[in-house]
Amino acid sequence: MKYAQTLLIPFQLLTFVMMLLALYTIFIYAPVEKTMGVIQKIFYIHVPTAFLAYMAFFITFIASILYLYRKDSIWDTVAHCAVETGVIFCTIVLITGSIWAKPIWNVWWTWDPRLTTTLILWFTYVAYLMLGRVVKENQRANLAAVFGIIGFINVPITFFSIRLWRTIHPVVITGSGFNMSWPMKFSLIITLIAFCFLFFSMLISKIRLERLKKCVEEIKEIMETGI
Amino acid sequence: MKFTHKLGAIIWKDFISEIRTKEMILSMCLFSFLVLVIFNFAFGSSANLDRKMIAGILWVAFVFSGLTGFGRSFSMERDLGTLQGLILCPISPWTIFLAKLIGVFLFTTVMEIITLFIFTILYNATVLPFIVPLGLIAFLGTMGFTAIGTLFSAISATARARNVILPILFFPISVPVIVASVKATEIILNGKSLQMVFPWLKILVAFDLIFLLVSYLTFEYILEE
Repeated sequence: MKYAQTLLIPFQLLTFVMMLLALYTIFIYAPVEKTMGVIQKIFYIHVPTAFLAYMAFFITFIASILYLYRKDSIWDTVAHCAVETGVIFCTIVLITGSIWAKPIWNVWWTWDPRLTTTLILWFTYVAYLMLGRVVKENQRANLAAVFGIIGFINVPITFFSIRLWRTIHPVVITGSGFNMSWPMKFSLIITLIAFCFLFFSMLISKIRLERLKKCVEEIKEIMETGI
Repeated sequence: MKFTHKLGAIIWKDFISEIRTKEMILSMCLFSFLVLVIFNFAFGSSANLDRKMIAGILWVAFVFSGLTGFGRSFSMERDLGTLQGLILCPISPWTIFLAKLIGVFLFTTVMEIITLFIFTILYNATVLPFIVPLGLIAFLGTMGFTAIGTLFSAISATARARNVILPILFFPISVPVIVASVKATEIILNGKSLQMVFPWLKILVAFDLIFLLVSYLTFEYILEE
């Protein structure tokens, strides 16, 4: 534990440096795209956050299964913290997506499978967070774990059903299938790594915070019963 | 006692208490009747409604009224203080879940039949020639949304503000069922053959099987304290 804590500070410093580097590559290094212009740069934030939002919910899925299997409260904390971080990233994806869609597709929103699935995912995990607040404390971890599993299993079914729905009705706007040049690919890789650092740094800090909260609760209890 | 006897005993208990109070079935039917009337106000008379909307209205009535019904299946037990007794019975959690699901499914089906009847009168729709494929779609769709509905009813039974949390949990997960059922119903009402709805039926069957399996694996954790 002590060892992990000393590693956390350099890790967070590295995250800071990586994010600065990401900002540099996005705004200065990456070339301006020919047809979309400067708005295309939002791509370097949109894609990594989308990837990490899905990964966060996958972490919740795995942690929820491990919790039900092992009954170790650390997995419950990991699942909960991953959802909190994932919802933030998912919100960023939806907002940056809308900002990007308006000038390019001329609409704020379209019911494309990927967009709709992400929105449903957002609803599912906001519901997860709400569920944690309203149920009894002795049942919270179990119920949250079950919902975390169900929510993730539902993602592919939702995606396929909406894709089928959209192939019967022609899609007005197809996905942007542009070929990327090397500097663009390189910028994407840099931003992806930087956002991974940011994500894990946030996740680890959140888990640490939750554990400290629990420690404080325990100490309070001991003090109350002791006196 | 055999599995079917245990299952039958819980279903019979729910059935008897429902016959005596008639709370669930009456409120569900009345609610779906109201949904149909409200949609009539919202979209105007039935003359200018196309079939696409009709399928949507029908399923919104089914799902919304179903929600008022299965929300009660576990919270009712909790209010009466019988949930503990049910958990203490020497039966597996899966049996409790399955019995509750069958009960909810039967009540919802009765509500759907009555709703369909009122629907044909209010919206001047012809459903009689399509009753077999529609029945199949309704069976699979209802099975899907009552399965997750019953599961979430158990999850939210002990929660504060459970009337708010149940729809919030239920609707995001029920999206595939609603999409598939509405589209399949629309295709059938347009007079297309059953072959056209096979992709949708596949999604419904997959959804039903996956969530029955998930319920089987996870239900014991929901009842645990």
